[in-house]
Order: sequence, then structure tokens, then C-alpha cells
Amino acid sequence: MSRLKTLVRNQGGVQPLRGGHSLCQGCGIPMVVRTVLSTIKTPTVVVNATGCLEVATTRYPTTAWNVPWLHVAFENAAAVAGGVDAAQRALRRRHALPADEDVAIVVFAGDGGTYDIGLQALSGALERGHRFLFVCYDNEGYMNTGIQRSGATPLGANTTTTPAGRDSFGKAQQRKDMTAIAVAHHVPYVAQAAATHWQDLSVKVERATAVDGPAFLNVLTDCPLGWGHEARQFAQVVDAAVDCLFWPLYEVVHGSYRLTYEPEKVVPVEDWLSLQQRFAHLLRPENREVIAAIQRQVEKDWQTLVERCGLSAT
Amino acid sequence: MRELLTGGEAVAHAMRQIGPDVVPVYPITPQTPIIQTFAKFVANGQAHTEVVNVESEHSAMSAAIGAALSGARTMTATSSQGLALMAEIVYIAASMRAPIVMAVGNRALSGPINIHCDHSDSMLVRDSGVVQLFAENAQEAYDLTVLAPRIAEHPDVLLPVLVCQDGFTITHSAEPVELLPDDSVRTFVGEYRIPHSVLDVREPTTQGPFAMPDYYFELRRQQAAALRAASRVFAEAADEFALLTGRLYSDLEEYRLEGASRALVALGSTAGTIKDVIDELRSAGMPVGLLKLVSFRPFPSSAVASALADVDSVTVLDRADSPGGTPALHAELAAALYGGGVDLTGAVYGLGGRDLHPADIRAIVTGPSSAYVGLRGESCPV
Repeated sequence: MSRLKTLVRNQGGVQPLRGGHSLCQGCGIPMVVRTVLSTIKTPTVVVNATGCLEVATTRYPTTAWNVPWLHVAFENAAAVAGGVDAAQRALRRRHALPADEDVAIVVFAGDGGTYDIGLQALSGALERGHRFLFVCYDNEGYMNTGIQRSGATPLGANTTTTPAGRDSFGKAQQRKDMTAIAVAHHVPYVAQAAATHWQDLSVKVERATAVDGPAFLNVLTDCPLGWGHEARQFAQVVDAAVDCLFWPLYEVVHGSYRLTYEPEKVVPVEDWLSLQQRFAHLLRPENREVIAAIQRQVEKDWQTLVERCGLSAT
Repeated sequence: MRELLTGGEAVAHAMRQIGPDVVPVYPITPQTPIIQTFAKFVANGQAHTEVVNVESEHSAMSAAIGAALSGARTMTATSSQGLALMAEIVYIAASMRAPIVMAVGNRALSGPINIHCDHSDSMLVRDSGVVQLFAENAQEAYDLTVLAPRIAEHPDVLLPVLVCQDGFTITHSAEPVELLPDDSVRTFVGEYRIPHSVLDVREPTTQGPFAMPDYYFELRRQQAAALRAASRVFAEAADEFALLTGRLYSDLEEYRLEGASRALVALGSTAGTIKDVIDELRSAGMPVGLLKLVSFRPFPSSAVASALADVDSVTVLDRADSPGGTPALHAELAAALYGGGVDLTGAVYGLGGRDLHPADIRAIVTGPSSAYVGLRGESCPV
């Protein structure tokens, strides 16, 4: 694949995130990070929110990073990136940095650092129009701290703070639509992508970094531990989320929606749910209605999305 | 050049003259006059600064860290609830050795919500590892702000410096302030330099990593040593500043302590009122003096002990309470004077902007000791 060669060439012989880190087998986060960073041709500074990626790659005095990397706290990665952006502009103006050297600023944050505790700082930074790319690796829960529910956790998921039990079918609320929240900030580029659709992700990164202003990428990835699947099932599980239309791949360029992938064969949402232990309890007869509710919501959201894309429903 | 300025405006002038690259701010009052005045300077081309109007004080300090570690001289301002909100990140700024200079307009913490002066906000970040300097008046607020980058950015320090001035009493009160020529300030503060910039893509660094029990303790110890070094760096910079201005600063100021048997200890604007009362009492033949702390962090324990070596009794005035314990300044004095046989008492005063009148100070000096001064006592509805 020519794009794969391009990504390797862009690395210039130095992997931005090298091996030896302690992320789990079957975790899609490093694939997301490498796809994003290898797509960007300019030098890049990474700002990382507290989370799996930060903890697993920077245990002092070691580091897995070959690019400048900055971590301050959990909820403020977008604000920190705003500071780096302001510094770059100020230094370039007083010629303390080469005028022709554009350093890209990429934030990586999990869904906690994006949807929940990080939302205020993200909203502020998007509204102010900093030049940065915010990449959410969305594995649908607080996985680093022991699989607690987040605003990205789907309805019905069994987590340690929404345990399924006699009186509970798991998380009782729907997940929030973070991608739509980002779109509502009128930023030039927003997209939803998935870790396994790496070419689609790479194209989106190219477009995101070409715009003058903030860009937001919401990238679905797995958590073998939190989702309850074998490490080797990474691609199968993430692909199923895309193919059942739970996680459509699309982009919003200056407010215009475009689907970037349409599954050849749409599968029932149950095909995705049944691959994961966190939804195992939903397969019991008393919880079948929850699966039906998830299916209805997925169809409704898909309908809305295709309309926004100016297409008729499939 | 002498101008009639509020403390807030005086600090804004210091910022204009220093010319920081980046100023991320959120306008909680009473730092409002600081940032509004400064924003005007930027809008009129009198300062070339990226002002980042962030959405909270938490993000102000977060953006400040990002900018300062990217090689940009960075300043901000805050107060009260704003400092409380950013407290988490103030600790991290110190641990990441980000030399940010921050103006603080000291005000009470909620609740009840209150907008007036006390030192509860500063005391909340007492152990964060930042330098904390307290000004007595607008002139000191200006001077200490000009001195601050020299302390913050010194390679032996590399820590945030908070220049604290009493909310309203200093921030909003106009006084004549002697401003230095712009060039002198620029020369005095010099170029901003940090050892490793995040924006250095040729020598990439990992900043803000995860440290477990095998390293965390050593890193914290290094940070504590850096804060101690600030004392010496302050003295060196202050000597140079004195050559420029004739005004010599030190981490503490002794006022009429020679021959004194009784001393008061205080921070901030209250020291000014105390000085007047001391002049009066001295004229009446009472051997009383004042020890004013300029540097609360690092705390100059041995200098405090020598300054008060010949005093029989000391009363420490704290403008922040420590419910269930000993207020911060009182506790520091108790540690510094331990074993010296001095009669040490403490009094909390002025919470939420309650005025401390000269009569109150006379009563502290001459009357029986009281843990709270200026309370309405029995008549106060409780």
C-alpha cells in the first residue's frame, strides 16, 4: 500500500512512539498514535492528557517517545496545547524560532480527558481557535483507573461503577455525542475514525493538519481488559462497531458532513455487543429490550447522520 | 517617573515593561484591573504579548505551563477562588520547574463568598513549592514584579514566583509609584532562557512523566532544594535592583527592632499600618518593633530567628486561619524561634476584608493576647 510506505517514509527512520512501552496486548492506542504521528510531515509536539497512554509510555526515567512530549494533568491537555501554540506564535514573531518551521501540536487524550473532565478545557481551546489537532482515543471508559464508566460508555455496559446485577443492566444512560459537540464549536475540521481503519484515519489526519485552526478527531479504539475480549480480537471488535453503524466514520469540513466509509454489509448491533464480556449480561432474556433499545438508537443516529450528509437513508 | 497608580495598574506597568511572550488569563476580580490594564497596553502596541483569554483559572495556569516550557516568558494573574481552582496546576507548575510569574491579589476564599482581602488563597498553595513574595504597597508590588523573573528563571531555581498584594487595599488603591524606565527593566530581566524547550524538535524531551516510588521522592527533594535556593537568588537580584533604584529588598524587613523587647510579625499591607502605630508607641517610650516578611516561601527561618533574638515577646498576625490548628505564619515563627525562650502568641485578623485599625494594633501590643482580633465578639450573631 502506497500510504503505508508514505507513513514509514514520514517517520524518517525514527518511530515517534517506539516499542518497550507497557500498553496492553491488543490495545489499539499505539496504532492510533503511530498512524497519526507518521502521517504528519512537519515536526510535532505531543501533549498528552493523563491516562493509559501517558502512564504506559513515560515511566521515569524511561520514555517511549522520540518526539517532544508534554503532560501536565488529566483535564487540561487542550489548555496546555493552547499555551504551546501561543508560545510558538510569540517566539516566531520575535524571531526566536525559524519563521518557516511549523511545529504541529497534537493532543492525545482518552475519553475521560475529552468527554468528561477534559471537556471544559477542550471547549475553550476549540473556541479560541488555537492551531492544534486534538485526538481522542475513545475506548469508552476510564480504563487506566480500573474500568469505570465515562460519558463515552455505551448504554448497558457493565463497568466497575455501573456493575450489572439483579437490579441493574449496566450503564443506564446513553453515551454523549462528543463529535457533535466538537462540530458545534464551528471549528474547520472534525472527524470520527476508528483505530482499525487506519488509512481512513491517516487521510483525516492529513486534512486535519492542513486547516488553519483547531481540528478534532474522535477515534474509536478498544480496551481488551475493559471490553472483555481476547487481545487477538482487536480488529474484529473495532470493525464490528463500525459495521453495525454504532461508530460511523465521517468528517465535517467547515460544517459540511461527509461519510467516509459505508459498510458493505451492515450487521446487527448484537454482533458487536456479543463479542464483548461487558455486554454479556444483555444477552440474557430479561435484558433483550436493552439490546433492542441500543439498536433503535443506532438506527436513529445513522438516519440523522445520513441526512446531515445530504444522503437518503440506506 | 512617578505616577499615581493602583497596585493592579502598577503590576500591569511592570508586565508591560518586562514584555512577556505569553499571558494566559481568566479575569476573576480583583486581578481584573491588572489584566484589563495590560490588555490595553497590548492593544495599543505598548507590549507585544500573546494574551490568551482562557475559559478558567485552571486553564490559565495550564496554558502558562505549556507556554513557559516552550521557551516563552509567561506571566499570569489570579486571586481567591481563581487561585483555589488552579491550585492543582500550581503544584504541577512547580514540579515541572516552569518559571511563571504570577500576580496574586489576595482575597478571602468562599464561603461565604466574599471579595475582600485576606491571605487564605495564598496559604492554600503554601506547600505547592512556589516562591511567594508579599508586597506592603503598590510600589513594592511593582518592584517585586520586576524582580520576580530574575528569581523564577534563575537556573538554580526555575520555579513559579507569586507576587502577592492585598486585594483592594493595594490592588485598587491609588498611590504614587516610582516606575523605572522601560529599558532598565528590559535590561534588568534579560533574556528568557530555560534548559529544555518543548519546542526543541531536534532534541526532543519528555516533560511531565510518570514517577513511581523509585524516583518520586528524589524529584520532590530536588524541588525543595530549588525553592531554598530562591532565597540566595532573591538577595543577589535585590542587590542589583538596589543599584538601579536605591530601594533594597530582602526576604524580611526589620522595622525599629533595635532595642525592642516586644515585636509584631505580619505580611502585606498591614505592615504599613503597624509601622505608623509603632512610631507612635516608640514616641511614647515603648520599645516595640515590627518584623515584616517579604518572602513567605522560601521562609527565611534563620534570618527571622536572628532578627528577633533580643526580643522578649512576639505576636504573629495571621490574615488566614487554620481551623483546628495553628495559622501558617504563627506556625513558621514557632518553628523558627523554638528553644529561644521568647513569649510567642498569635492572632488572626482581617478575614474577608475586616479592617485592622491602629487601635486594634495598639491593643495587640499593650493588651492581653487574643486569638482573634477585630471580631465583634458577643454582639456578633452566631
